Amino acid sequence: MKLKKSRRTTIAVAGVAASALLLAACSSGTDGGGGDSGGAEPIDAEQVAEEGGDLLIWGWGNAMEPMVEGFMEAYPNVNAELVNVGTGTDHYTAVENAIQAGSGIPDVIVMEYQAVSQFALNGTLADLSGYGADQYTDTFTPGTWDAVQFDDGIYTLPMSSGPMALFYNQSVFDEHNIDVPETWEEFLEAGRALKEADPNAYIANDTGSANLLQGLMWQQGYQPYQVDGENVTISFDSPEVENYTALWQQLIDEDLVAPISDWSDEWYQGLADGTIATLVSGAWMPANFESGVQGAAGDWRVAPMPQWESGAQSSAENGGSGLGVVDASENQELAYAFVEWATTGDGVQTRLNDTFPATTADLESEEFLSLESDYFGGQRINEIFAESAANVPEGWSFLPYQVYANSILNDNIGTAYTGDTPLAEGLQSWQDALVAYGQDQGFTVNG
Amino acid sequence: MAVVTSTARRRRSRARQTAGAKRSWGLTLGTGIVLIYSVLPLIWLIVNATKTQQDLRSSFGLWFAQDFALFDNIARALTYDDSVFIRWFLNTLLYVVAGAGGATLISTIGGYGLAKFDFAGKKAIFAVIIGAVAVPGTALAVPTFLLFSSVQLTNNPLSVIIPSLVAPFGLYLMWVYSTDAIPVDLLDAARIDGAGEFKIFRRIGLPLLGPGIVTVLLFTTVANWNNYFLPLIMIRNPDWYPLTVGINSWNTQASTAGGEAIFDLVITGSLLMIIPIIVIFLYLQRYWQSGLAAGGVKQ
Repeated sequence: MKLKKSRRTTIAVAGVAASALLLAACSSGTDGGGGDSGGAEPIDAEQVAEEGGDLLIWGWGNAMEPMVEGFMEAYPNVNAELVNVGTGTDHYTAVENAIQAGSGIPDVIVMEYQAVSQFALNGTLADLSGYGADQYTDTFTPGTWDAVQFDDGIYTLPMSSGPMALFYNQSVFDEHNIDVPETWEEFLEAGRALKEADPNAYIANDTGSANLLQGLMWQQGYQPYQVDGENVTISFDSPEVENYTALWQQLIDEDLVAPISDWSDEWYQGLADGTIATLVSGAWMPANFESGVQGAAGDWRVAPMPQWESGAQSSAENGGSGLGVVDASENQELAYAFVEWATTGDGVQTRLNDTFPATTADLESEEFLSLESDYFGGQRINEIFAESAANVPEGWSFLPYQVYANSILNDNIGTAYTGDTPLAEGLQSWQDALVAYGQDQGFTVNG
Repeated sequence: MAVVTSTARRRRSRARQTAGAKRSWGLTLGTGIVLIYSVLPLIWLIVNATKTQQDLRSSFGLWFAQDFALFDNIARALTYDDSVFIRWFLNTLLYVVAGAGGATLISTIGGYGLAKFDFAGKKAIFAVIIGAVAVPGTALAVPTFLLFSSVQLTNNPLSVIIPSLVAPFGLYLMWVYSTDAIPVDLLDAARIDGAGEFKIFRRIGLPLLGPGIVTVLLFTTVANWNNYFLPLIMIRNPDWYPLTVGINSWNTQASTAGGEAIFDLVITGSLLMIIPIIVIFLYLQRYWQSGLAAGGVKQ
């Protein structure tokens, strides 16, 4: 990602030229359906998969294995190898290293939505619209479909999604006779009531989480990042952001949020022993609850995300990932065939219990919605997540260097949690750092 | 660490007996603190390897929980994800045997040669070796990665083994040790008897260098067993991970959406991982100690 503008453009041009050549050479596909993009013929994924070949797939999570095995079962001529090179940032580093090294490059990679534009821009991901991906506009939830597009291209197809909801420890709420909050105002009041009832308990934990902070802006329909090619605008100056800072500043000032970072040992412990009473997170979180918070099985429930206005029904996405085809892959057509099968075809069914889907049809299916979760006391949690997915405001985009941006968030707003710096000031300092970094990377940044 | 401390203590107490010195309370207290400091993490590791994941969080860290799950944990660590732990263990063995073994061999031959032969530029070589000792391996990892990627050798066991063969400190140690341990007269006598240089090295040099070789072998083994950063950036295929990188990948998977939290297996795996290195250390220590003593007394 350290490429300066000129070099990045060269690579992008080279990438486009290469895929144009490839498409020209492979335009023998007979499938005429679907949309067109740049004159390239969509491929017949079915036929490509029948012919078979070797595929190297990089990804993590328990959904990958059944999916890859299902593909090989459906298409016996395919020999797909699944490798877990690490999760999250480790995975991205490995992808960059492989491309840098020029050997052992995977054909298909898992890509979190927040990283899509970054890897689209630097030429790692192939634009899938030419293969016929643009026909799937109505297949996916609006939030995820927004997330996979960048500069008129489609750079992954959505695999999972993370519509946000409020996870809460019902036994804690029952013990102290507190109502589960439906608005953020009630959330704050519940936090105060809980603190009064039990000084060691907190309504939530936070030390500065990019997913949460952005989720709370997204929920209000505000988009702090505008990206148009290499022109980026970053602005945290808006009434919606003020709503967020005002609420969260009170939670911090009154010691209502536990100073515990997400994913730490202490965090898992706090979720298990009742120290942390709620968690605003994505629909993928139940899997982490089941493996990491076994001690509190049966205590937790899911409710819709608290609203900014009473009676509203707005939500946001947190996390989730798509499957992309690597531009440097020598097997792009088969890679695309796999991605299409896995995200729009039978592949979705192979992992329906392992990830939260991004396909509207599955989110509306009775079988999926009626699933009762043992961990959450038999609650039909998918109903809440599905409703949340439908209520995500459209038009959100991430920065083309979001992975880096998230990694420096805590450096900037961390002092709001530990010292006297106002949260709004920390946010301003984050914005300044993001503008400076973006300019260093060759973007034109307004902020 | 525990081993080092107890050795130091034993050596010190032996010295005290022979010198007939008085008991020093300050020293005992100081050593005691160091002992606790170094042994505590080990005790924590042993205790927590016996717990279930749930008890890990709910019970006191330095004492056992009600459920004794050690054997269950070991069984699960060894079988998790198609027994990948065993594969990582064998990889680590390969990296240690090839890397530490090779590094020791090269250090021995090189150190002997530098000590016993005179040639132009020896001072320069000395300076380079001393300089190389000062550069931490971690600092070289990224340039090494770029070097290996340009010859398409990354993601290959060789990319971990080849850099491990270079052990400047080992070379320096063997050089110094050879200078003292092998009398030049002995070599001259052998030359007069008509032995070739390689035969002299094999029949006279090697036996005399035994303790030095074991010392170098010991610390290159430890360095390779614990090597983390180099394989982390070189190896992308988990099938070629050493235990260090593998166990860390178990640890980090808990902090991602949809990743399974297996802290119990991480802890049990860490315990299993240090057992062989403790055994090797205890076994080689005898040779090492005799070697140090042999050099310490003028005969």
